[in-house]
Amino acid sequence: MKLIIIAGPPSAGKTAVTRQIIRHFSKTKKIAFLKIDVVRAFEDEELRQEFSIPTKKIYSGDLCPDHTGIMVLQDALSWAEEEESDIFIVESAGLCLRCSPYVTQSLGIVVLSAVSGMNSPLKMGPMISLADVAVITKTDLVSQSEKEVFREKTKEVAPAIDIVETNAVQGTGLRYLMRTIDELPEISDPKSISLRGVPPLGVCTICVGKRETGWQNHFGVIRKLDHADDLFRGD
Amino acid sequence: MSSCTIREITILPGHDKHGNPEAFDRIVIRPGDTISIVGPTGSGKTAFINDIEIFAQKDTATGRTVLVNGDVPEDDFIRDPSKKPIALITQNTKCLADMTVETFLAMHVKARKIAAPDIIPETIELANQFTGEQIFPGCRITALSGGQTRSLMVADAILISNAPLILLDEVENAGIFRERVIEVLKERCKSVIFVTHDPLVSLLSDRRLVMKHGGVEKILYPEGRETRIRDMVGRIDLTLCRFRERIRAGELLTEQGFPV
Repeated sequence: MKLIIIAGPPSAGKTAVTRQIIRHFSKTKKIAFLKIDVVRAFEDEELRQEFSIPTKKIYSGDLCPDHTGIMVLQDALSWAEEEESDIFIVESAGLCLRCSPYVTQSLGIVVLSAVSGMNSPLKMGPMISLADVAVITKTDLVSQSEKEVFREKTKEVAPAIDIVETNAVQGTGLRYLMRTIDELPEISDPKSISLRGVPPLGVCTICVGKRETGWQNHFGVIRKLDHADDLFRGD
Repeated sequence: MSSCTIREITILPGHDKHGNPEAFDRIVIRPGDTISIVGPTGSGKTAFINDIEIFAQKDTATGRTVLVNGDVPEDDFIRDPSKKPIALITQNTKCLADMTVETFLAMHVKARKIAAPDIIPETIELANQFTGEQIFPGCRITALSGGQTRSLMVADAILISNAPLILLDEVENAGIFRERVIEVLKERCKSVIFVTHDPLVSLLSDRRLVMKHGGVEKILYPEGRETRIRDMVGRIDLTLCRFRERIRAGELLTEQGFPV
């Protein structure tokens, strides 16, 4: 089974790219899909209806969605194996941009929208720098010069990244992405799959909904005003 | 990639929406060629230029193949926009950057690593040949009109991108001087393909591809037989342009000023 992890800011076109991948491979391969989102997601139902493939979603609620993704990944791999999938696609929620859900033994795809402003790649960091492929969507909507500058800025963050430009709704230019997926090796040892980088997940008592102020009321990584760096306070 | 290294772009036929093969052997585009693509909405005009833009290799819905100098083009050529010999400008294409014209062009010049110091004023000067509303270096991109934006993008594609082939998808609605655009493209030995519903643009082109059901139905070579009509349409167009300018200037059009 091959593993593909798709990340990117909201509305960049992650699902449009996912849809093109499924459309391209569904005739020859069995595909399973997992969507991780915060409060609501519809992609799993849409894709199940459209392509009759096994899909699942998980809501992270008060937890960081990328943290949730990391927690559930081993379970999800077992589920996709049970479904006898050839390709397993995990689509992240795409929220804080600093996060980077990519793991080893997978293809990490970051989906970026060309209309999001030419400096937006510079604001994202690991979400781009740890990905294998950057799919830049909506390139049909922007001028040639903005397209070129957007590309340069993406390269600035990740010099070796493979860039694919597309109008993802039409699927133009995606043949390079499909070729990369064709050449992607299968997962060799699922248990050893690990994160490529350390994402700033910030999972703490505030993230999970505790509203009290002051470090005395919190656990995990805490900080005092004076004379201390980050401290860990156990439960 | 400089424009002189592209000798020709060849399109090999695919099929229409019903799977019928297209009615041509090959379409060859050489520097300086002007081609217009005509046909009803949904007949496959935009799909045709999209095939060229991505150098289709039988991997699009139409099954066409696009070659450069007779061969399958190298990946870099297609994937790196700064090496790509094609600029596509559509009705949807916008400049979203909130900066001045000068800064915007400077950014593109920097991305292209071009060293010519005069290229920015030259580009603005060329853009001003395509539009009646003057563009100044200090204008904000977001404040430009549709016609000014389109003019700037065409000038940018010609000079800064230095693209040998320019694809223009229904740009006639944007109010640019189409005849001047075609003249300049010819002078500079650029090839251009227009997707168009505009009679003047169609008549100014050397070749017309007629689309039907997603395929090329036929190719027309006017070879001078349309000159009379072309001149007439040119005069009508110029007349309308002048009326438009007078209306803009706040005149009441009580005097004829027609025909040109």
